[in-house]
Amino acid sequence: MTIPMRAPVDARRLANPGDEPVVDRRPLEDPRAELLELEREGELIVQKIDREAISVATKYGREKRIQKAHLWHHKSCGQCGHIPGYSTSIFWIMRKLGYDYHDPHDQTSCTAWNYYASATSNTAAQAAVAVRNFAAAYETGYFPLIHCGTSYGHYKEVREQLIRHPELRAQVRDIMTKLGKPLVLPEEIVHYSEWIHALRHEIAAKQVRDVSGIVATVHPACHYHKIVAGDAIYDPDIYGGQRTAVVTGLAEALGAEVRSYSTWFDCCGFGFRHILVQRDFTRSFATLRKIEVMKEEASPDVVLTHDTGCVTTLDKSQFAAQAHGRNVGLAVLSDAQFAALAMGAHPYRVCQLHWHSADYRPLLEKMGIDWEKAWAEFQSDLRRLESGEKRYLDWDDADGLHDGEQPVAGPAGMNTTIEVRDAI
Amino acid sequence: MTVAAPLQAQTDPQYKVADVAGYTEVSYDAKARLFEQVKSDLRFGDYLYGCYECGICVGACPSAKFYDFSPRRIAQAAAREDVELIYQQMQEDIWECSQCFSCLRCPRGNNPGGIITIMREVAVRNGLASAKEALVGYSRIIYKIMSTGTQVSPDMLGRDAFPDWGPETADVADNLELWRRALPPETMHTTSTGWSVADRTLVELYLIWFETGALDMIAQVDPSLHSILQELMEDRLEEEGIEL
Repeated sequence: MTIPMRAPVDARRLANPGDEPVVDRRPLEDPRAELLELEREGELIVQKIDREAISVATKYGREKRIQKAHLWHHKSCGQCGHIPGYSTSIFWIMRKLGYDYHDPHDQTSCTAWNYYASATSNTAAQAAVAVRNFAAAYETGYFPLIHCGTSYGHYKEVREQLIRHPELRAQVRDIMTKLGKPLVLPEEIVHYSEWIHALRHEIAAKQVRDVSGIVATVHPACHYHKIVAGDAIYDPDIYGGQRTAVVTGLAEALGAEVRSYSTWFDCCGFGFRHILVQRDFTRSFATLRKIEVMKEEASPDVVLTHDTGCVTTLDKSQFAAQAHGRNVGLAVLSDAQFAALAMGAHPYRVCQLHWHSADYRPLLEKMGIDWEKAWAEFQSDLRRLESGEKRYLDWDDADGLHDGEQPVAGPAGMNTTIEVRDAI
Repeated sequence: MTVAAPLQAQTDPQYKVADVAGYTEVSYDAKARLFEQVKSDLRFGDYLYGCYECGICVGACPSAKFYDFSPRRIAQAAAREDVELIYQQMQEDIWECSQCFSCLRCPRGNNPGGIITIMREVAVRNGLASAKEALVGYSRIIYKIMSTGTQVSPDMLGRDAFPDWGPETADVADNLELWRRALPPETMHTTSTGWSVADRTLVELYLIWFETGALDMIAQVDPSLHSILQELMEDRLEEEGIEL
């Protein structure tokens, strides 16, 4: 039978109803086109990009559009739970650039960390969790932006499974009906580091700290560029298009020097279950295959990465290796934290670096940040909380605006207050 | 009948515990049924195409550098439908995988990590010894994710829980409630969950666990945890007037 090359996978499978179903094993070149075709057939709803967007190139050459504003933040449990300055930096950057967003309560974790660790779930449950979250975003009108690399990779797997398997679509649609929600997927699945990459020149335009003396190594997150790799962002001008452009593109736009190292493709050692219950593997891999190699080959000031597990693993694994006299001791930051610091963010009020384990202070000093003064300011904030003057700190506090301090953030007028509607 | 573990496995503390290294032998038909469950997963055909024997997957695999583990052997056993070897792998190998999916570098487009995900699911669903052993110490995580909707909570950073993460983690534990109140986003003032999850959202999540059979899977590996979760979720759904 003749199979049109660009037709949706279902059409290719069932081109002649009398034929045996064909398993089309080619990777999806354009999942967006497949989704739109399924929407046309009434199979699902596609949440469209409906605001200004920036086009970026992907590994397979397809253009991917990144919506700039009006975004629904799909938070990361690992970031919010253990490295909260990762999440707050993403929000802070968005506020500084003047883009509105929604930080929902109507969101669960993707549950993929547990799934990859323990397998105590299944395809239908994982797809239903994903679609429930997408439906929650759709109900608000805000477009989803995924904070976690694993959520991003897993949701792309789910998208592919839903496109390829009508029986799974039917099962998930049935569950969604019981929840009173539609089967909806976004036009593009977008990771926050893609948003940062797309807006890196706007970020650089707001830069107030010189990072030209900073040497960085980049750890590309496995679940960003290995799972459903086709629509990860690649750029011929960055690594000749042979590695993902995110993170490196940002660091270079800010003026930092990015140096390569031989084990760049290796994972960080997270392992999902290993980081929690088999940590000897995680500690060994993170330090022997990543941190030590980076230090020996590139002498960086900081490792920049873009996923929850990678920041956690590379940061937390160094202490035990240090006790064994290994060549470790390297600051680990997310691209969001690095960008926020370059834009003038407070290292503790915004970037929350006191939650980190590896010593970040030499990096701050090289960036011209007086961390002792900043820590004293944060301690002052904490005393206000302890005295009952305030119950919680807010975004004005994050910029030191409560008592007339000059914001560490830099020039006055950068602070942007966003009205976020509670649309639910 | 139990197959005796090799002598070294009985004496070398580096080997897996006897229950796993000397896993319980079952009939060929039982092994074949387990493989049929793997093969019938809707993803299986998308994950396995063939093998050039190039070893790229092994070269890229972090677990292969630390364990007696090979993603190539996984793909080859599945392709040959070698039910004896697949059973052995389900008892001995699959929990070493890091699930990083570096093996997707395969020039044939195989996904050994994905095949392992399926094999793990089948191991859990059938209560294999390897799954029970792998999930020892993991009950709290499963409880957290299934009942609260977020897996990683700030209060997991107990003073003694992660001593190898350095004294900074103990500082977090000591100042947890205060430091959480110092976070600017109002969703993140929580200590027992990563963020504040709406009550309605949890009800919807519970329904998903019931409707997809995900909750039932827990019964095979941790009956006590299953009972706790089931009661918690049924009570909550009953309050909402939802009948299962």
